[in-house]
Amino acid sequence: MPSPLELAEGSLLPSAGLRRRLLIERLVRASLAVVALLSVGITVAIVLSLLRPAIEFFAEIPLSEFFGGTTWAPLFVPPQFGVWPLVTGTLLIMVIAVAVAVPFGLGVAFYLNEYASSRVRRILKPVLEILAGIPTVVFGFFALYFVNPEIVQRFWPFGQVGTFSALAAGLMVGVMILPTMASLSEDAFSAVPGALRDGSLALGATRRETCTKVILPAAASGVMAATVLAFSRAIGETTIVLLAAGSNPQFTLDPGQGVQTMASFIGFAGIGDQPTGSTGYKTIFAVGTLLFLITFVLNMISVRVVKRYREVYE
Amino acid sequence: MTSAHSANAAAGDAVSLADATSTRRRGIDVVFRVALAFSVGVALITLGALLIDVFLQGRPRLNTELLTNMPSNRPAKAGIQSAIFGSLWCVGITALVSLPIGVGTAVYLEHYARRDRWYVRLTELNIQNLAGVPSVVFGILGLAFIAREPLSWGFTVGTGAMVLTILVLPTVIIASREAIRAVPPSLVDGALALGATRWQAIWRQVLPSALPGIATGSILSVSRALGESAPLLLLGALTFVTFNPTGLDSGYTVLPLLIFKYASDAKAELHVVAAAAIVVLLAMLLLLNSTAIVLRNHFEKRRS
Repeated sequence: MPSPLELAEGSLLPSAGLRRRLLIERLVRASLAVVALLSVGITVAIVLSLLRPAIEFFAEIPLSEFFGGTTWAPLFVPPQFGVWPLVTGTLLIMVIAVAVAVPFGLGVAFYLNEYASSRVRRILKPVLEILAGIPTVVFGFFALYFVNPEIVQRFWPFGQVGTFSALAAGLMVGVMILPTMASLSEDAFSAVPGALRDGSLALGATRRETCTKVILPAAASGVMAATVLAFSRAIGETTIVLLAAGSNPQFTLDPGQGVQTMASFIGFAGIGDQPTGSTGYKTIFAVGTLLFLITFVLNMISVRVVKRYREVYE
Repeated sequence: MTSAHSANAAAGDAVSLADATSTRRRGIDVVFRVALAFSVGVALITLGALLIDVFLQGRPRLNTELLTNMPSNRPAKAGIQSAIFGSLWCVGITALVSLPIGVGTAVYLEHYARRDRWYVRLTELNIQNLAGVPSVVFGILGLAFIAREPLSWGFTVGTGAMVLTILVLPTVIIASREAIRAVPPSLVDGALALGATRWQAIWRQVLPSALPGIATGSILSVSRALGESAPLLLLGALTFVTFNPTGLDSGYTVLPLLIFKYASDAKAELHVVAAAAIVVLLAMLLLLNSTAIVLRNHFEKRRS
């Protein structure tokens, strides 16, 4: 593709200055392209570093044992590699967290977008940003030393709750995701053309009807993408779960019990500094591969949903 | 009332707005409004309770000794000095490395890359996906690739900072792209029309006007590195380090990891130290974020 400058180069004798500028241009372009490719290199490195030990792991531990057993004790002697306790633990945390983050996140988004005055918005948005910026280890601490003893242990009606509980951890994971859910949904809501809202109100619909029957369906793609992302983040959360749900993998769906998730197992096993090449070391990678695959699929769904349904009103 | 109501309805009088369906719909509207307020309340009350609880729990240890003492498992002596320095090292290096790479990538994608090429689309998709990879997975990458073979950097400040850089890079790129996209294209067109090369237009027009946005976005992304704990669990930062880092090859710990260590210790007195350390961490984050917000407000005012 000849640029105007290159055409000029052919018809007129280029000055030294112009030639230098064009050389710089080419150099910059090439080096920026290299920099941009770094991010692809990172993904390749992740996949490579995960894959080899994971493959070695499954060469030692048959898939039938991995997916067939219900006891997860890979660092014990003798080790047991039934992954189901991690799956139920992850499921439990995920369901609790999403049950908090999605409805309340949507509520906050509706409130900000449709009900709040601009003054309230100006105060509320930075406060939500603060909540979004709280480090996970702080949520974990709060879950372990406040939410669990003061709320879960007192009010959980179905049996005794110990020091660790999936409920306390899951609730805090939900609160951690809530601001992201709210701000992504709010973006989706504010992308809905104002004429739709005004039309609905003019036809006599109440604000609630306008919210749930006009704006929500119109913003469905954005809200769906945000929800999928909420799932992905709930599955991947490590520190909160490790602190507040403990590190005892139990094959249970009782939120009053402590559980281990795939992510929190990786953190837990990583602390132990497993020697390179040991089965314990490879287990980290096997579980990591599983976690990476699940979140990868969810992220792709989220990207797809946005891409496919976004531009309906533009 | 009923007969009056039907008569009014037949007449199409304004009073008919108050019929049974309408009352029910308004009732639902009120309930909905209360539910929304409740959602906001959940967020605000949790944040408030968290801040108050952490402050009250940590107050007995909020003193200068907390800052000057080194980490220890003896509650009376336990401090956080080496963790503060470790965090500053890691986050500082993360900012220094992720900023040029992130902005460079953003410039390339916004001004050079052709969207119809498959490798450009792949790069974009890849960045979106990286932004959603759980942070603990970056810890695995660090463990397998940087700490051990092939880079064999060990459990050092360098490894920690490199993993944090990789972790925040996608968000730095996304934030910088938004800032660069916000610069009116007419600036570039004007510069090009006057005979500037593309890079001259970017360097002298686009980057200066995008700078506040880039700075704000990058500070917010880098502040994530300050609070991050999960990947460093795998990278040897979870120990009582009694010396400050002296360089990239130094052993290290960081504030979030030391908080984790104190919080998960069996001694209840150390939980107090954890809470006090959380207050320090939150104060550092607040400082960083308010810098970003002040920057943003300052430049927004100047532009308008």
